[in-house]
Amino acid sequence: MTSVSIKDLCLNFGTVQVLKNLNIDIDEGEFLVLLGPSGCGKSTLLNCIAGLLEVSDGQIFIKGNNVTWEEPKDRGIGMVFQSYALYPQMSVEGNLAFGLKNARVPKDDIARRIANAAEVLQIEPLLKRKPAQLSGGQRQRVAIGRALVRDVDVFLFDEPLSNLDAKLRAELRVEIKRLHHRLKNTMIYVTHDQIEALTLADRIAIMRSGIIQQLASPHEIYNRPVNLYVAGFMGSPGMNFLDGEIDDSGAFTFGGMQIPLDRYPFSTADRPRQAKFGIRPEHVVCGAAADAEPFSAEADIEVVEPMGADTLVWAVLDGREFRFRVDGQSELRSGEKIRVGFDPARASVFDATTELRL
Amino acid sequence: MTTRGRPNRLFYNLSAKIAALPMMFTALVVFLGGTVWTVVYSFTNSKLLPRENFVGLDQYERLWSTSRWIISIENLMIYGVFSLIFSLVIGFSLAALLDQKIRYEDTFRTILLYPFALSFIVTGLVWQWILNPQFGIQGIVRGWGWESFTFDPLYNPDIVMFGLLIAGLWQGTGFIMCLMLAGLRGIDEDIWKAARVDGIPMWKTYLLIIIPMMRPVFITTLVIIAAGIVKLYDLVVAQTSGGPGNASEVPAKYVYDYMFQAQNLGQGFAASTMMLLTVLIVLIPWAYLEFGGKKHD
Amino acid sequence: MTDAAIVSPRLEPGPRGQKPRRKLSRRNIFLYGTLIVVAVYYLLPLYVMVVTSLKGMPEIRLGNIFAPPVEITFEPWVKAWATACTGLNCDGLSRGFWNSVQITVPSVMVSIAIASINGYALANWRFKGADVFFTILIFGAFIPYQVMLYPIVILLREMGLYGSLWGLVVVHTIFGMPILTLLFRNYFTSLPEELFKAARVDGAGFWGIFFKIMLPMSLPIFVVAIILQVTGIWNDFLFGVVYTKPDIYPMTVQLNNIVNSVQGVKEYNVNMAATILTGLVPLIVYFISGKLFVRGIAAGAVKG
Repeated sequence: MTSVSIKDLCLNFGTVQVLKNLNIDIDEGEFLVLLGPSGCGKSTLLNCIAGLLEVSDGQIFIKGNNVTWEEPKDRGIGMVFQSYALYPQMSVEGNLAFGLKNARVPKDDIARRIANAAEVLQIEPLLKRKPAQLSGGQRQRVAIGRALVRDVDVFLFDEPLSNLDAKLRAELRVEIKRLHHRLKNTMIYVTHDQIEALTLADRIAIMRSGIIQQLASPHEIYNRPVNLYVAGFMGSPGMNFLDGEIDDSGAFTFGGMQIPLDRYPFSTADRPRQAKFGIRPEHVVCGAAADAEPFSAEADIEVVEPMGADTLVWAVLDGREFRFRVDGQSELRSGEKIRVGFDPARASVFDATTELRL
Repeated sequence: MTTRGRPNRLFYNLSAKIAALPMMFTALVVFLGGTVWTVVYSFTNSKLLPRENFVGLDQYERLWSTSRWIISIENLMIYGVFSLIFSLVIGFSLAALLDQKIRYEDTFRTILLYPFALSFIVTGLVWQWILNPQFGIQGIVRGWGWESFTFDPLYNPDIVMFGLLIAGLWQGTGFIMCLMLAGLRGIDEDIWKAARVDGIPMWKTYLLIIIPMMRPVFITTLVIIAAGIVKLYDLVVAQTSGGPGNASEVPAKYVYDYMFQAQNLGQGFAASTMMLLTVLIVLIPWAYLEFGGKKHD
Repeated sequence: MTDAAIVSPRLEPGPRGQKPRRKLSRRNIFLYGTLIVVAVYYLLPLYVMVVTSLKGMPEIRLGNIFAPPVEITFEPWVKAWATACTGLNCDGLSRGFWNSVQITVPSVMVSIAIASINGYALANWRFKGADVFFTILIFGAFIPYQVMLYPIVILLREMGLYGSLWGLVVVHTIFGMPILTLLFRNYFTSLPEELFKAARVDGAGFWGIFFKIMLPMSLPIFVVAIILQVTGIWNDFLFGVVYTKPDIYPMTVQLNNIVNSVQGVKEYNVNMAATILTGLVPLIVYFISGKLFVRGIAAGAVKG
């Protein structure tokens, strides 16, 4: 059952194309994350879905209704903003009730919905307070509550956690996930934080300059990025890329080395010569175990960055920078040589000219 | 130097202190000293020159029994109340209109603000001419055949303050609009979005959400308008010279006339002290709210 | 399969793209209608001034003030500039114009020079007691000038400047100080403090940092200050009347004397020409400076 459907959506500001022919179908109860760097159009897209921006072309369906021309209040959506956007002179209760009163919802119905939202979000003790008296996390709960009382099918989140500090962000992230499990509403969530995207999403849409690069599950996006951009964007530290060629035997060669690709799951039949080979730092093994992998070589360690749970090693492999992640307890030192290896089955290979996955 | 440790405190930051001397002089001698001086000498019977002949509250008793002063105060109150209300209402309404993402916003703003660049003398003289009963608006309407039409504020003691008000508002509302517009632009855009999602009509959003949020802007604007009203002088001199009769006299003009024309300094000092008192009544609560309140945040 | 969703054009019948709306919606008629009426009201006095100044007196007596001139004459302008009388002097507004120039130029320069250094000292070289002086200064901006008029007369008399042009320069410097100091202090405070610290580590002193680091970065705020001061000082009336003698009266005072003189027949066209001439300098400043003017008055006012 489709909850939100976006068909051939375009948005132009003057001559600038901000959103280019977007098509997305979002299932009932799905948690979709729009992810991308600032200026990629993700917030713009959310504003279009909410009806806060008028689209230039295309259609938006919510619950099967064509809402392209509808006002935001008639679309059956609730929205949560980055800056909370609470009405400062009203109490929490007033904030929650304001829209409902205006829609002439009966009083006892309003009271019931507020009580329900307050219980779900655990903000009952705050109801009489003004937003200025609340902490950032509490304010964002109230903002979610304002969307909750609207009793709608679709929740829209516009970078809701960006104004919070790291610890609160992690807490509230879990809470939003819990909320989704409990309410089972469709949620569309905009963020530039890939951890938020990976942890929350059923599916992620990675956007770049108004185009969706890949729309897939977090697992798929992480393991099988469709192009170089997605591969580089996801993961921190980013994927290692090696420039080289695919030789006649079907192996990837760079410098003097050869990586066998017979275990690599090609998704196309194309075998361009110029290619880029990508392997994530966490998929690299080192030391004695490296030699058991289909590919292994010797690297020079330059910098070691212990990060507690694990350690990031910056090494040089055949004159190129090469990062890999090892256990936090390892005692590697800069200047040492070490064997590194990996399984090409876990890698991603891209056409160097089209930058698409092979 | 280094062996002697910390240099004398007085010479620490010496250049900055020297650079700030003009400010210290202005603040202490002119502003503070001058004000105190005037207040002190308002208790003397100085005539042509200031004299230290203290006569208690005599000057104030005379002041408050002078009909011209009473009229001046009444006029200022009338002008002040209407000026405040109209400036804020018109200024905010215009700002709200300009805030609707209209085309030619810059052109409209330029037109609404240009009178503010003009002096009160120029403003007063133009409106004196437009309100001229023989050739101005009244003359034209009568020329259309409506012979009994009367609109001669500058020649009618009952409404002369409104003649001044028209000119004053023409000169100043553009500025108030700019302050309000800056205030409106300072409001988080997400608030507008949230109100739209909640389905609040625009007028209600302004009235119940935006205006309450702009309270600080309104208060600051209020203080600026009020401080300007008390200083009202040039406009009156140019537009009506206080006339007809003394129907449009204002306190600032009273002070000038007694100090520099009638050679009755004591009266001038007393009158200016009353003006100071009026301003302090507005200023002190505001300063308390603005600066006293901040410490608790 | 997920990739398939990205392509395939599959629009359905029904609303699509921009919501069609008439250009002349009720909202737009109300919005632009109101704005145009208001704009006309604001422009009217300017129009009346210009039109009147281009008519001959007979035409003024017959016609109405809004009618465009039938016969354009520049006679009133010439008369206003060169031969209009104030009391015994009959050399027109030109004298007042040059007086105003001579008053405005040094006043603007002195007041800005002093206030910028003041603001810099307050922003970057805080010393004990600075805030007290600054608070008094800002409060002073709200005190009616009338309270300080006479003490300043005494002060200028002691300095031997009463009635002279330089006396008026001192007065404008004093009364311009609160707003200008505030303006500069806020601006210098907004500059990155690291810059100032780096310069100090490099061994630059009070004046070195001011002239080599701060000044080159402060052009916009100086322009704002100049706009503020030129219009403010040019438009001043009270100080001109109180602190100068008739032969060095600034333009505004002379204009008022010409127009509101009780002797002779009223020549409205000359009066309006004189009024425009007086308003011309600030108007030119305003139209050239555009947004900076707004920034100047807003910066001075909102934070005041």
